[in-house]
Amino acid sequence: MGIKKYFSVLGSTALLMSLMVGCGGNDEKETGSSKDSKVIKIATQSPLSGGSANLGESIKLGAQLKLEEQKKAFEDLGFELQLVPYDDQADPKKGVANAQLIGADADYLGLVGHLNSGVAIPSSEIYEKNNLLMVSPANTAVDVTERGLKTVTRIVARDDLQGPAGAQYAIEKLGAKKIFVIQDKTAYGTGLADAFKKAAEEKGAEVVGYEGVTIGEKDFNGVINQLLSKKPDFVFFGGMYTEFGLIVKQAREKGLEIPFMGGDGVDSSTLVEIAGDAVKNVYYTSVAGDTKATEEGKKFAENYKSKFGKEIESFSAYGYDAAGVLLESIKNAIEANGKKLPTREQVVSEAKKVQDYQGIVTKVGFDDKGDNTYAEVYIYKFNEAKYPGSLDGKVSK
Amino acid sequence: MIEHIISTLPQVLIDGLALGAVYAIIALGYTMVYGILELINFAHGEIFMTGAFIGTALFITLSGLGFLAVMPALLALLLVLIVTSILTGFLGVGIERVAYRPLRKAPKLITLISAIGVSFLLQDLVRFITELKKGNYILTGPSLFTEQISIKASSILSSFADAQIKSSTIILVVTAIVMMIGLDYFVNRTKWGMAMRAVAQDRDTASLMSINVNKVISLTFFLGSALGGATGVLFAVQYGTIDPYIGFILGLKAFTAAVLGGIGNIRGAMVGGLVLGLIEMFAAANLSVITSNVFTAEYKDVFAFIILIIVLIYKPEGIFGKAVAEKV
Repeated sequence: MGIKKYFSVLGSTALLMSLMVGCGGNDEKETGSSKDSKVIKIATQSPLSGGSANLGESIKLGAQLKLEEQKKAFEDLGFELQLVPYDDQADPKKGVANAQLIGADADYLGLVGHLNSGVAIPSSEIYEKNNLLMVSPANTAVDVTERGLKTVTRIVARDDLQGPAGAQYAIEKLGAKKIFVIQDKTAYGTGLADAFKKAAEEKGAEVVGYEGVTIGEKDFNGVINQLLSKKPDFVFFGGMYTEFGLIVKQAREKGLEIPFMGGDGVDSSTLVEIAGDAVKNVYYTSVAGDTKATEEGKKFAENYKSKFGKEIESFSAYGYDAAGVLLESIKNAIEANGKKLPTREQVVSEAKKVQDYQGIVTKVGFDDKGDNTYAEVYIYKFNEAKYPGSLDGKVSK
Repeated sequence: MIEHIISTLPQVLIDGLALGAVYAIIALGYTMVYGILELINFAHGEIFMTGAFIGTALFITLSGLGFLAVMPALLALLLVLIVTSILTGFLGVGIERVAYRPLRKAPKLITLISAIGVSFLLQDLVRFITELKKGNYILTGPSLFTEQISIKASSILSSFADAQIKSSTIILVVTAIVMMIGLDYFVNRTKWGMAMRAVAQDRDTASLMSINVNKVISLTFFLGSALGGATGVLFAVQYGTIDPYIGFILGLKAFTAAVLGGIGNIRGAMVGGLVLGLIEMFAAANLSVITSNVFTAEYKDVFAFIILIIVLIYKPEGIFGKAVAEKV
């Protein structure tokens, strides 16, 4: 059944493509006659149900807000904008199935999504086949853009930026000289810790220890005794919040008041619950910035609230900016195509030309791979035992 | 190198003693059941975990009602310990009745699978209830007994560094010792203890001597599970945060401790637990120094298990395994 479906989708896509080419030919003769009937559909794909529905919906609402603002401008050009939200359920299978539906409908010129890298990676293979532009508001996995797909772009920072950004911040802003690195022996934790260690050594700090802990254990006194005897002035942890919370708590109990730092894996309210007051003077890196830090951001948050009756989430503004970049590309493609409906290929090539789009939370300019050259890593700090921490600074690429 | 090892030694001994005491009491549960039924009760780690959750829930309730503020913390701990150990004791008896007794005549492997099944059931049951009540399954109790006591180890020997001990660690170790001495007395000096030893030696002959074998087995499960549950409470107080999967790793290590001491032997389990805890803590603190960063602290379990293998090669019955005739 799977193969059958695949062929039918492929067939219908081919058919639609040929129709579109045909239409394009006709348009040249009768310009302006059907000016008010051309529909441009934009899709969003994010989890709208399940555990991360909250974040998924915030991406959709952010994109929706941008689309409504741009509706008038597109009507003036003779096009009607439509947003069609899809629910990928944070499930790769569902994401791919949706991607095939979207790819088959020629009215779609682009897509904002996904929340989960695990869903974005297989789904983007389908977009690539259909030449459909994907602008990701939230995917940080390195592989999203490293596979050389030409239709894939993202406006957030990559995972491999976090470690070096943390190291730069620790050494230049916090003055760390003797650093101790702990990791949890997982692919994520080791990768993050290694990237941090390498960058820290390049910047001239001394790494006095590099140790691994086991996930699921609760007693980390062995490693903490090493901290006590090696007396580092900064500790970096690559791993998740449960182990990090306990390490911080047990270290503070032994009188270690030095700063600790973790990656986005420790960005959780449970960290505060586990460590309690010990969480003070703990830093974490995140790819999501604080939207309300700027005037435009505050205005955006108010708009969002009056429109949807909800507070913004960390990725709301990223959904908004991703949709902004997408619409900008489509608009440029329309202009380049002599005010006519552009092809998907034209939209993709216009998107790659975006070099300084000013969004609400981030500036966007794509490199060859589709990564954002202006992407920043944000450093948060806990000043009190309350989640989330407050924005302490940011490090750009 | 030697300097580092000696200067951290007092702290390593204290932390190792605390961890070892936890291993030792859980190991008791394994060894008692093995002694009497020759069954490895893999659900025992989960009984420990359930005890930790019941204890933390009681603490949260007590502090929610404001009792913790007026009541001395030690009294509250005693209350929670007693209530939890009675509950987990009956839980253990229930598990034996439902999952093991019907299979007593079946091959040993079948009972082992049944034990693994019970352990999964308990894990997910606790996770389900906690998620229902709280939204996620990681539970953090109120912090108690957090005073730090500094031990001036440097005044004993100048190359020692000063050590710190949390008051909860003292409570943990003292309670563990009291429980172990109590159990040892019970098994060796009372009538019921004698009955337990008799059943362990020969179940059929014991039943001929008018010993109610089923009752003795139930009692064994009650004692082992009550001790396991009480240890869970102490563990939760010591480390603060628990999740439904703590029983797995700890259970595995405690089982190892029981084997190291000689499975079926109560004093062996105590010594095995303490030895394993100390070795593990020593390895975590010093392995990278000894091997000049070739092996780091993450290999502490490998180190501990190499020691286990060496001991078992030369003494397959475990450290205290000689007393086979007197299993429980």
